[in-house]
Amino acid sequence: MTQPQGAPPSLYAAREPIFPRRVKGTFRTLKWWIMGGTLAVYYLTPFIRWDRGPNLPDQAVLIDLAGRRFYFFWIEIWPHEFYFVAGLLIMAGLGLFLFTSALGRVWCGYTCPQTVWTDLFILVERWIEGDRNARVRLWNADWSLRKLRLRLTKWVVWFFIALVTGGAWVFYFADAPTLARDLVTVQAPFIAYSTILVLTATTFVFGGFMREQVCNYMCPWPRIQAAMMDNDTLTVAYRHWRGEPRGKHRKAADAGKLGDCIDCMACVNVCPAGIDIRDGQQMECITCALCIDACDDVMARIGKPRGLIGYLALADEERETAGAPPRPIWQHVLRPRTILYTVLWSLIGVVLVYALFIRSDIGLTVEPVRNPQFVTLSDGAVRNTYTVRIRNLTAQDRTFRLMLTSDEILRIEVETDGPHEGHVTVPANETMQARVYVTARPQDPAAEAEITDLRLWVEDVGSDDRAGVATIFNGRG
Amino acid sequence: MADHKEKDEITGIDTTGHDWDGIKELNNPLPRWWLWTLYATIVWAIAYTIAYPAWPLINSATGGVLGYSTRGEVADQIAAVDAQNAEVAQRLASADLSTLAPDDPAHRYGVAGGASVFLSHCSQCHGSGAAGAVGYPNLLDDDWLWGGTLEDIEYTVRHGIRNEADPDARWSQMPAFGELLEGEEIAATVEHVLTLSGKDHDAALAAQGAILFEEQCAACHGEAGEGMRDQGAPRLSDAIWLYGGDRDTLTKTITYSRFGVMPPWGPRLDEAEIKAVTLYLHQLGGGE
Repeated sequence: MTQPQGAPPSLYAAREPIFPRRVKGTFRTLKWWIMGGTLAVYYLTPFIRWDRGPNLPDQAVLIDLAGRRFYFFWIEIWPHEFYFVAGLLIMAGLGLFLFTSALGRVWCGYTCPQTVWTDLFILVERWIEGDRNARVRLWNADWSLRKLRLRLTKWVVWFFIALVTGGAWVFYFADAPTLARDLVTVQAPFIAYSTILVLTATTFVFGGFMREQVCNYMCPWPRIQAAMMDNDTLTVAYRHWRGEPRGKHRKAADAGKLGDCIDCMACVNVCPAGIDIRDGQQMECITCALCIDACDDVMARIGKPRGLIGYLALADEERETAGAPPRPIWQHVLRPRTILYTVLWSLIGVVLVYALFIRSDIGLTVEPVRNPQFVTLSDGAVRNTYTVRIRNLTAQDRTFRLMLTSDEILRIEVETDGPHEGHVTVPANETMQARVYVTARPQDPAAEAEITDLRLWVEDVGSDDRAGVATIFNGRG
Repeated sequence: MADHKEKDEITGIDTTGHDWDGIKELNNPLPRWWLWTLYATIVWAIAYTIAYPAWPLINSATGGVLGYSTRGEVADQIAAVDAQNAEVAQRLASADLSTLAPDDPAHRYGVAGGASVFLSHCSQCHGSGAAGAVGYPNLLDDDWLWGGTLEDIEYTVRHGIRNEADPDARWSQMPAFGELLEGEEIAATVEHVLTLSGKDHDAALAAQGAILFEEQCAACHGEAGEGMRDQGAPRLSDAIWLYGGDRDTLTKTITYSRFGVMPPWGPRLDEAEIKAVTLYLHQLGGGE
């Protein structure tokens, strides 16, 4: 092993500052709308009201951790229905597969919170410190009163955004207007303040300073996505067969040999990831498409066709180099893989919607007591005990009658505090536990049989809605 | 450093300058903040081992300057729960059980707390499901030797049965009839006892036994074997047998007698615990 003379090269690098330039165009407009929409959804959702009656919270979207309930408009999820959440997560996963295989890192480029908030923070930065050139100058300038003032103003605005972002999060977990009042009057629980503190800090640091470093070094998703992309996946790319050889000097003698790229660096200057798209597909590219807008603008000004940089698939390179016209987008998007993802996604969606519609507003579980399996009474009768849990999934108190059906003769007795024998009243939106005794008289076959099948029922006294669960009766046999 | 930069020709990336038989290592530098994160975790780890119990010593471990221990935390949590329940426990301790409403918080606290008192102190003999065993009564059924009202159960729990420790313990003693009766007489008495609960029996012997039963047994067990709770004398006419209702077991019981003992729990449980376990037992399905 030979070691070159002098100090070895550093194994660590400081972050290269990036100063994205302002850009206008189709994709930038689209991104503004998406940013506005996603931010509005995030900040405003907790304040939407939804009347569920006097016994239930009136917040449209509420994760009630203490009460173990999840409210989403007209849907209320109990812990035992967590499969709805699992189903939604599977749909979210399949949805990402679908979008990634069709449109590459479209999630990263348009809707990822890291992208949206970084975009917002850059907007603030540009508003206070000016566009790219002004920011580069400010970066290079020595500290002065003006630099300090601009920096402080920027940080204060960032901090305010971060605070509101961290603050909005906790509103999803408690009644938003009440919590907002408690937060301001310093009466909210400690966990609310500490959550806000942590999320404020991460928003401030990730949006203001870490930015593309989060995507490059912290997020696993860019790596995983490569597995879902193929030759037909649309990504943002540079038509090097059209642009090269690049060159600035159009008036020179050899101008005829040059491609369409005038090497104006517009695509590089607008890039929030700080890369040159002309180097080809790169891990750092989040396909935000701002370079497309920047390049299209330049192409329009120099009178060349748009699309030197655009959404292309790897498969296009060969075809277009050979002179074929660009293929329509639907030919890339519609392929067995994306259709399969769509079908799977829709199937799960249909199953979830179906499950949502057929679910009962009475829940019943029956747990036979197995220690002991049966008790002999003094007259020789055999008694089994069952722990019955009745869930009332409605917003009104309900009284249920407990009954049993069986081929054999069995007698049911309900231990209840209620005014009526055999009735159990379950408060709105709660679970009630009752103990049920089932007895076989000494002369009945069930007393001597090993196992007798039976079904326990609860029936709403008012509406006659019922739910039943099959269980067994253990005899002496 | 800059003078000695060497670029890899194929990738265009700097090398570290290391060269192993012509194989060179590319230098894709890690971000510097990453390094600072590593240093921060090291500092955190050192601070953590100072603040919390960490380093093993020969007979113990360093305690940490914060004085934290998991046992201490559990003790704090138990104390917090006890403090939270102090009021309802006090209410239960001074309550008259027979008038305590089932929806009273003290009643609910008693049933729930009684279940854990039962598991800690009673389940060893009566079973974790309170189903009892041979010689240890089943507490789920509707048959009670000394009575199944709240008052009866509370007395039994407090003072126990046939123990020397508590002068107020429930007390009775069945004679060992092996010393008083001949073998044939015992056999005849057994046949009569079998008739009381309608079991197969030898009618001729049972008729002899009926006279012996009336002389020797009816004083406590009643003429029809209906039992007597003041004496803790079991009912012989039902389907429930503490030691067994077959011919051999009955012969053994009459010959040698039985002497089931239960310790007094008054000295070992506090007032709220006694009332709690009483409420728990009463609501198991057989309470009177």
